[in-house]
Amino acid sequence: MKFAMRIVEQRELLLATVILFMLVVIASINPGFVHPENLASVFNDTSILIILALGQMLVILTRCIDLSVAANVALTGMVVALINSVFPGVPIPLLLVLSLILGAGLGAINGAFVWLLSVPAIVVTLGTMSIYRGVIFLLSGGEWVNAHQMSPEFLALPRQVFLGLPVLSWIALVVMVAVYLLSRFRPFGRELYASGGNPHAAFYTGINVGLTQFKAFVISGALAGLCGYLWVSRYAVAYVEVANGFELQVVAACVIGGISIMGGVGSVGGVILGALFLGIINNSLSVVGVSQFWQLAISGSVILIAVIANSRSERRADRIILRKAIAADALQPNPGTAASR
Amino acid sequence: MNLKTLLAATAAVATLVFSPLSHAEDVRIALVVKSLGNGFFEAAHEGAQEAAAELGDVEVIYTGPTTTTAEGQIEVITSLIAQNVDAIAVSANDANALVPILQRARSRGITVISWDSGVAAAGREVHLNPSSNALIGEMNIRLAADALEQAGASEGQFAIMSATPTSTNQNIWIEEMRKVLPDYPQLELVDVAYGDDLADKSYREALALLSNHSDLKVIVAPTTVGFLAAAQAVRDEGRVGEVYVTGLGLPSEMAGHVDAGVVHNFAIWNPIDLGYAATHIAYDLVKDTNGNGTVSMGRLGEGTLDDNGEVAMSEPFIYDASNVHQFAEIF
Repeated sequence: MKFAMRIVEQRELLLATVILFMLVVIASINPGFVHPENLASVFNDTSILIILALGQMLVILTRCIDLSVAANVALTGMVVALINSVFPGVPIPLLLVLSLILGAGLGAINGAFVWLLSVPAIVVTLGTMSIYRGVIFLLSGGEWVNAHQMSPEFLALPRQVFLGLPVLSWIALVVMVAVYLLSRFRPFGRELYASGGNPHAAFYTGINVGLTQFKAFVISGALAGLCGYLWVSRYAVAYVEVANGFELQVVAACVIGGISIMGGVGSVGGVILGALFLGIINNSLSVVGVSQFWQLAISGSVILIAVIANSRSERRADRIILRKAIAADALQPNPGTAASR
Repeated sequence: MNLKTLLAATAAVATLVFSPLSHAEDVRIALVVKSLGNGFFEAAHEGAQEAAAELGDVEVIYTGPTTTTAEGQIEVITSLIAQNVDAIAVSANDANALVPILQRARSRGITVISWDSGVAAAGREVHLNPSSNALIGEMNIRLAADALEQAGASEGQFAIMSATPTSTNQNIWIEEMRKVLPDYPQLELVDVAYGDDLADKSYREALALLSNHSDLKVIVAPTTVGFLAAAQAVRDEGRVGEVYVTGLGLPSEMAGHVDAGVVHNFAIWNPIDLGYAATHIAYDLVKDTNGNGTVSMGRLGEGTLDDNGEVAMSEPFIYDASNVHQFAEIF
């Protein structure tokens, strides 16, 4: 456990160094990019990714995955946009609460399948991903909800500047702190790690693994719902394909941030750095003047490198454990393990 | 007076009851749409009625399935064959699925054309495209020139916001735009950005365009997602009046940005003209009055058929503050 923690810490340090190095390179080509104002806008642009990746992290920690987050964003976004266009009088805080509840409900559907029916999460969320997109089509009839159909207050909230940062950034900061506190200092946070790290051991210590997974899906769903409003308001349009394919970026942010797809390993700091890493790449490549045709290839290679780094560090851990086990065996007075098989 | 009214009413009823007999000479053109209740097609119907009024001896039958399925259209077309209409003009839900039923219609002597959304060449005589690549390319550059003028500059930089780098029609349009660019020396193309038709990526690319090219005056987006995202980005950056966004978009999507002043004008095909031209072409073919390789499109002039039996209607229609809200009701 201690060893695993050390790898995680090293990984965050490594990622932070890579990000710093990247910023230095970008600054040498386009000094304007590292201007604090621009960095703040890059953070703001990455806020939604950070929020979704933190939700996803909780799910992946329990050895599940939520591929329906982007569809959840789109569906919740469409619902609040429709409500706002038909009843412009509904106050925005109420819509925010509604988006959280609706998102949590959609997450609960995923969680219930995983918990009560023991269906693998990747299958459940692959299914609900399509279902949620289909529901958007049914609700909207394929029509778009456009900027002029939304009320000015609806569009203003994420853009409002408060103490130098837009509200969107503040929401991301609040979620970052909340998820950090939850994962480090609440019993539930430890249950998440235990459920994914070793489900059998978790079961024997009295943790309801299925219920823990269910709760992780609900939280991830609620955060996705929140992002639904933020997304639609930020880009001032709601349609069926909103955030299409964004779930892959969310999972990529987690993987780059050192979350193990096998569950049980990862930290809030890593995920935030992973998301920022992608955010900086997304924002900088066109500013630096890298051809569009190269952008996808570069983003893809970076993800691949991160995954390889991940699996290598995990494999090394395994070997060392094995070596220790062999060493421990050698110390035993009884002859080798082959005989006991 | 009373007697006159009564007579008129009787005559009207008689006309209604005996219309197939008394108007045996009428050309009955069925306008088959993707689905009923869609504003775009209602507008096309309006155009078809305009053409019918012009031609005089035309009865337009506006019909289609309630959902956008090929099966629904096959049912509708089957009943039109039974009614022995003179022509079917269809906007197809599936290019290939309708071919057998349309071939049957043609074997019964019914003239078949497709419009808006085409049918494979085997199933129809003529396909009416809303526009052609060359016309679309030129229109985009013209809009950019308009926007530059609006920005109060005699010359200036502009950038293109496209969808994906591999999108065929986008690339063809950009190519066509480059071709006509020498005719507009006041415009300097500085960048082509690709938003992948994703709202977030397009928005980010638009921000990059604004920060990379401080003298940028116009962003041209021949794709609606990129168009909306660029308009929103310019508004969020507080550059309205300084940078204009234009391109191809639907009036209902752009109305808000036109009101905000970030979009001066933009273009897309006009559905009314589309229905109008389809009716004229169908009539022309039924009456066999079309020229060799050309068809008449009424007030829109002559259309020339290409090797594939396709004809382009006109350059896209321009929308601005004066008409965008009227069309926003339609599509």
